[in-house]
Amino acid sequence: MLQIDLWKRVLIWTVCALGLLLAMPNVFYQRVEARNDAVAAIELGNSGNGLEAQAAMWPSFLPSGLVNLGLDLRGGAHLLAEVQVADVYESRMKSMWPEIRDMLREERATIGTIRLQPSQNDQLRIRISKPEQISRAAALVRGLARPVASLTGAGQSDIVVSTEGDIVVVELSEAEKLATDERTVQQSLEIIRRRIDEVGTREPNIQRQGADRILIQVPGIGSAAELKDIIGTTAQMTFHPVVSRGSDGDANPGVGNDLLPAIDEDGVFYVVESAPVVTGEELVDAQPSFDQNGRPAVSFRFNPTGARKFGNYTAENIGSPFAIVLDGEVISAPVIQAHIAGGSGIITGRFTVEDSTNLAVLLRAGALPAGLTFLEERTIGPELGQDSIEAGRIASVVAFVAVLVFMFLSYGTFGVFANIALILNVGLIFGLLSLIGATLTLPGIAGIVLTIGMAVDANVLVFERIREELKSAKGPARAIDLGYEKALSAILDANITTFITAVILFAVGSGPVRGFAITLGLGILTSVFTAIFVTRLMIVIWFERRRPKTIEV
Amino acid sequence: MRLRLVPKDTKWDFFSRPVLWLGISGVLMVLALVSFFLQGLNFGIDFRGGTTIRTESAQPVDVAAYRAAIQPLDLGDVTITEVFDPTYGADQNVTMIRIQAQEGAESVSADIIRDVEAALLEIAPDVSFVSVESVGPKVSGELIQTAVIAVLLAIAAVLIYIWLRFEWQFALGAVAALVHDVVLTIGVFSELQIKFDLAIIAALLTIVGYSLNDTVVVFDRVRENLRKFKKLSLKEVMNLSINETLSRTVMTSVTTLLALISLFVLGGDVIRGFVFAMIWGVIVGTYSSVFIASAVLLKLGVKRDWSKPSNTAGNQFADIDA
Repeated sequence: MLQIDLWKRVLIWTVCALGLLLAMPNVFYQRVEARNDAVAAIELGNSGNGLEAQAAMWPSFLPSGLVNLGLDLRGGAHLLAEVQVADVYESRMKSMWPEIRDMLREERATIGTIRLQPSQNDQLRIRISKPEQISRAAALVRGLARPVASLTGAGQSDIVVSTEGDIVVVELSEAEKLATDERTVQQSLEIIRRRIDEVGTREPNIQRQGADRILIQVPGIGSAAELKDIIGTTAQMTFHPVVSRGSDGDANPGVGNDLLPAIDEDGVFYVVESAPVVTGEELVDAQPSFDQNGRPAVSFRFNPTGARKFGNYTAENIGSPFAIVLDGEVISAPVIQAHIAGGSGIITGRFTVEDSTNLAVLLRAGALPAGLTFLEERTIGPELGQDSIEAGRIASVVAFVAVLVFMFLSYGTFGVFANIALILNVGLIFGLLSLIGATLTLPGIAGIVLTIGMAVDANVLVFERIREELKSAKGPARAIDLGYEKALSAILDANITTFITAVILFAVGSGPVRGFAITLGLGILTSVFTAIFVTRLMIVIWFERRRPKTIEV
Repeated sequence: MRLRLVPKDTKWDFFSRPVLWLGISGVLMVLALVSFFLQGLNFGIDFRGGTTIRTESAQPVDVAAYRAAIQPLDLGDVTITEVFDPTYGADQNVTMIRIQAQEGAESVSADIIRDVEAALLEIAPDVSFVSVESVGPKVSGELIQTAVIAVLLAIAAVLIYIWLRFEWQFALGAVAALVHDVVLTIGVFSELQIKFDLAIIAALLTIVGYSLNDTVVVFDRVRENLRKFKKLSLKEVMNLSINETLSRTVMTSVTTLLALISLFVLGGDVIRGFVFAMIWGVIVGTYSSVFIASAVLLKLGVKRDWSKPSNTAGNQFADIDA
């Protein structure tokens, strides 16, 4: 009766001590945070600026995990972007055209002349002048198909070729579209991450959601609009041969060409060939710089393939202009003065210093393979977050004190035990939150306050049960024992059902709601632990010392 | 001297007026449903798309002037409300501006936000925009769907759990209480037109959890007493069980309410709706576990003795031999 093995006692106190140790850094939040930042900076190879002193502000043998503060507490921006995966189909088809054209031209003798017809963006329509040879042409195009590079699409080819009268229609196959979508989203994710890292901000959260969405949360940034400026630009840079220059925005550029506006001169339009000579993907570096007249510019360097293509093209086209195009607008269209070997150059335009710095960042991080549409955006100012933390803290303390007083008034000594367990309980929740690196949100604070209210439930169940058992005139030791034994099934059933709802909330919820589910769920675990083990241990120790003949619960 | 909210050894009869309690609940539920279908819920932007801007200014706010400033932008339905809260300082004047989702726009337009901010800065130069949130119509539609799925899933999951742990009659009783609580909570949000957003769904699920917690404790005792007192009628067993657990039921509700009320008063206006839902849910949940869940269980009856075959088959000759 009323015996707890020594090893169990040690284990229970160890778990409590460990939990409190893990929770401790949160008491010194700012200090530990500054220290963690400093350590991270040193790991990245930085030094000086008092970093070492900051890193020494918190002893390294102590745990340094902190509860992350959610955007609603810290302030920052939240964006949900949808990747326009279909954008890529168009550029895929466009880039396929030169290859198909060159191949079919060689067969001019059998299939006649070829002509690109206007079509939807995700297909190519090619008219040939000898309709009777259409199946021959289609077969030739089919010969260019490649197997789909994905697990699910293995064994299928990337294009579907069909014929309509004298027209060959080339489209991407469904399997290839799926594989392309997957790649597009992965790439976008990677590039968004690189761009945000370039700007340098603490703990951004960038994750994929569903098939084609990306969730971006950046704490500490001024506004969602600012964040969109960084990640919203596709920054697709390409170099095209210029066909003509004019001022008619409605001019028909002809098939295989595009009409693009000039970015810095109103009413000026360029007709350029759709297929680029070189693309931004072949850039290896871009830096903000100044041209010979001291105007802001961006200097860049190509990789070897890009450099060769660029070199060859400039050698063959001295005296004709080429266009530098960024996201469908012509930045500038210089005339090629000489053969440019070595693959480096400079882009001038009407930049401000800020523009050129931004453009260099975007070019360096790489272009987004497709455009982004923003479905959701939220900005929370840091002062609102601070207010929420402050309000949450006061409310928690008041709630805490109210429950403590109430428990003491209701259960006396046993109430004190429950109160100690409750304090431990909150410590354990914070310890666990820090351990798993969970994010605390405003509803999360509400979850903790709710747990404070509900955590005593398990103890109340036991105490009420002990009261009942005492009535049937058993000794106090027996009553305590029976109280725990009989209350157990109610405690478990009641908490498991609540835990189920917390799990569902976590699974389907997002953002702040998820933060609530986490604290609620952890709170249930810790409150059951403290009620079944900790309070009981305290009661047993007290009972062993006092050996009371009667107890009052 | 101990504080006791419930006198010692109560012997109250909770089933003496079934018509009254079921009647009250029935009327409240009908009111909730009528309000829900007539005036619907005051959905936040999470569920219907649009933009909310929270402004803060040291100067007193003139809502009419704000409205006049935004009017020329022609943004359709714009509501501006001033927010008051005991936690604010004297120089904190807060408003919430809600702008409907714009026609035909699939995504969120940064231009609109910029225009509104510029317009407001013109009339109130010191105004700051402490939070700006926009949700596109595509996402808000999906959010409604997930929310409904979450609530249904939670109810289904606990139905199954209680069925496994108890009997199906218990599960039905518990779920009846849950549906009662959820309907009444949604009802009060509709009747008072309090903003209904994602956080309220979290509150609803918590209510489901809490109400269940309460019901399960009562049921657990009913199960125990059914084994202990084989001679008592089901009604007597249930009354006894509720009386025995009453002290605990009240204690836990009071501590939870103490915590929630301090959060309601001091926790700031951002989560007030959320906390309100939970306070309401705790009250309704406590009531329903005593009056609804138990009443349903009493109506359905429980198989009492597992050692003998069922004698409810209606065979009048079955106990001739006995």
